[in-house]
Amino acid sequence: MRISPDEWVFWVWRGFELNATIAFTWAIMALLVAISFLVTRRLSDDEQISPFQNCLEVLVTGLGDQIRDITRQDPGRYLPFVGTLFIFIATANLFSVVPGYVAPTGSLSTTTALALSVFVAVPVFGVAARGIGGYLKQYFQPTPLMAPFTIISEFSRTIALAIRLYGNAMSGAMIVGILISVTPFFFPVIMQLFGLLTGLIQAYIFAVLAMVYIASAAQAEETTLEPNQTSNKER
Amino acid sequence: MDSLGIIGAVSILTAGLTIAIGSIGPAFGEARAASQALSAIAQQPDEANTITRTLFVSLAMIESTAIYCFVVSMILIFANPFWAAALQAGG
Repeated sequence: MRISPDEWVFWVWRGFELNATIAFTWAIMALLVAISFLVTRRLSDDEQISPFQNCLEVLVTGLGDQIRDITRQDPGRYLPFVGTLFIFIATANLFSVVPGYVAPTGSLSTTTALALSVFVAVPVFGVAARGIGGYLKQYFQPTPLMAPFTIISEFSRTIALAIRLYGNAMSGAMIVGILISVTPFFFPVIMQLFGLLTGLIQAYIFAVLAMVYIASAAQAEETTLEPNQTSNKER
Repeated sequence: MDSLGIIGAVSILTAGLTIAIGSIGPAFGEARAASQALSAIAQQPDEANTITRTLFVSLAMIESTAIYCFVVSMILIFANPFWAAALQAGG
């Protein structure tokens, strides 16, 4: 039994292995880029918009509203990064109903890469919002004694972020594999459907946690909004 | 029993214990979180959106301890480093 899609190698070229993780990641990236390109090529601001544009607008404004609710800040700066994380992980997990597909999030390499990008994004957004001095000052915020623990928690939450997504995606595939050998045909389908829900929730969790970490580093006091004050729903 | 058999037996036993004990705590925690959230929604139905979102996030964070135990037991069964080392030394 393959425990990770890393071990499923399609072809080898000069020591470079094209395994299932990379191939399916590229496939999802190509799919997302192609859909976004085709839809945004003909954007209209009339009253008549195409259903695909409508779908993308719902997605983007929904993500923006969620970010605004969580951080009480203007989502414009965070939307590209956090939204990309959510859409990529959600697509990667939801495609696992397609036969022959293995979710690249079921590989520890993918989730570690995603968690590392969050790990890098936290100081980048923090420095951008508060300056280097303001960002570094929060390590010594209550007392300087807390600085080592803050640094340890930065690393441990990155590891936790990676293992959580990996464990959830891998356990879904693994349980289906075990159930197929024990009680075929019916229960694997149920677990597969349950895996869709878990995959979507995990994508949401990953994006929310990334947003919480970034927002806690980039907390600028003067830009705090009241919740839902500028929400599109109430206009 | 040779060393390979001992490693295999201990790995399987430990994997079972890991997932058994490791799922007790998160089960209690999730039950408590869900019941608290339900009573909070019953008291304040207007805040159901916020409560549900926070509930999902906290459920996933509670559940991740069970997921860590699951990952450890899967490593013990399917990708045991000591098993591989003993196989290599023996063969």
